[in-house]
Amino acid sequence: MPKVTIDGIEIEVPEGTTILNAARMIGGKVVPPAMCYYSKLKTTGGYCRTCLVKVAAGSAKDPRPMPKLVVSCSTTVQDGMVVLSSTSPEVTEARRGVVEFLLINHPLDCPICDQAGECKLQDLGYEHGLAKTRYEFPRRTFEKEDIGDKIKLHMTRCILCYRCVKVGEQLTPKRVHGVMNRGDVAEISTFVKNNIDNEFSGNMIDVCPVGALTDKTFRFKSRVWYTKPMDAHRDCKKCCGKVALWMKGEEVLRVTARKDANNEAIEWICNECRFDKKQASDWVIEHPTHIDRHSVISANHYEKESQLKLGKFTDHKMIGKEDPNKYLPKKKTKKS
Amino acid sequence: MQTLTTRSKVASNKKMTLVEKLYLPAIIGGMRITLNHFFKKKVTISYPEKTREFAPVFRGQHVLKRDENGAERCTACGLCAVACPAEAITMTAAERKPGEEALYREEKYASVYEINMLRCIFCGLCEEACPKEAIFLTDRMVDTDYVRKNFIYGKDKLVDPIDKPIDVSKRETTETKEFKTHPEFAHNKLYTKSLK
Repeated sequence: MPKVTIDGIEIEVPEGTTILNAARMIGGKVVPPAMCYYSKLKTTGGYCRTCLVKVAAGSAKDPRPMPKLVVSCSTTVQDGMVVLSSTSPEVTEARRGVVEFLLINHPLDCPICDQAGECKLQDLGYEHGLAKTRYEFPRRTFEKEDIGDKIKLHMTRCILCYRCVKVGEQLTPKRVHGVMNRGDVAEISTFVKNNIDNEFSGNMIDVCPVGALTDKTFRFKSRVWYTKPMDAHRDCKKCCGKVALWMKGEEVLRVTARKDANNEAIEWICNECRFDKKQASDWVIEHPTHIDRHSVISANHYEKESQLKLGKFTDHKMIGKEDPNKYLPKKKTKKS
Repeated sequence: MQTLTTRSKVASNKKMTLVEKLYLPAIIGGMRITLNHFFKKKVTISYPEKTREFAPVFRGQHVLKRDENGAERCTACGLCAVACPAEAITMTAAERKPGEEALYREEKYASVYEINMLRCIFCGLCEEACPKEAIFLTDRMVDTDYVRKNFIYGKDKLVDPIDKPIDVSKRETTETKEFKTHPEFAHNKLYTKSLK
């Protein structure tokens, strides 16, 4: 198994792992941001270039550095590779540039956008301090479009990550939407306004890194940070039935898939669970969902210690590392 | 023994002089002081007919401003409510329907916007948080009332009246005015312009 060093942390990963996935195994600050790569979908990645990293040494056999920054989501590790992610100023500068490019046509309508508060592009923009734009021309604008009766497409906000297209391709038997045109005029659309009505099409809302695809049943209902996420489940014949309910008091405002530490859906859910089961009585509520302390959603959000442990450390698979859970207070177990 | 105050006078039972016995000089002296006050400038004003001018930093009742075309600026983003340390602000958002463009500036607007004036501490953080320059604290006082429910101000009391807009130019600092002139911060303006 190849050993790779990312930001000074050595980790042993299986053959064929990408740098991004190796970094995710370490977790924390090391992980490069990713706008288009989605581990649960095949052939994603390589479009957005926010996950750029510097490879200071190619491998143990050939320790020369790679001449340019590489995209970590589609570069596989080699034994003895040394990668610099957040510690390299060159990488930070490059990511800053990429985010600026992503924001060229992205409207700054966060006050209106339903994704605000859980938007990765918002986080990135904030992280890199991109309050101003150097772009002086009018932005691309589109009319809002209904794709299917439950999903609204705001093409102006789209960053063309292709994630939703892959959902259509891999989760549903017949994809009816895709990217039209090329380059500057590329856009997501359906074939001749074809409706998206597959049972798993709602997952494209979850995979959208920005607010381009939004849930029409939740549209403008509430800002994300006024709702409390709860892990819940129900018996569903079509999907796993394990979801996160976004509640305001007793009201279920939104149903989404559960997300892991990398903001990726753990298991896909069907449209019936997502759009039709909006009663608290439809669900068995388990406990509050784990929310990162730095997130705006974590305001007035309380979790038990046992749950914090659940959310924090079981999401990443720690390979070749000691068990991080051993530092947490031990649970009292009954003597068998 | 040490006295507790330096202003205490030891009372004496000495006999009064003739002038003191007459009382009149003392009365005239007292009346002079009283009459003098008739011709002095009054320290009080008869509120509410007259009001004092407040300091420019005074923060009173809120106003939800309209833009130049009379459309409401508030887009119900909820940032004021997040910033509010007293949790006085609540709102419900709604989507603007076609034909309502003259009423609301953005595609989302606040259908309900309430400030509990009993909870509000008039700190002005909502004003600072507002990305749309919709909410301002003005130099108006919040009226008194007998029942608590009347202190929950809805949009009927908060939104700027169309016929006589409330002047908030004092609250717009020179820094914000200067900030608006920068072309690199004008992305929102360009976006809304291109939509029209």
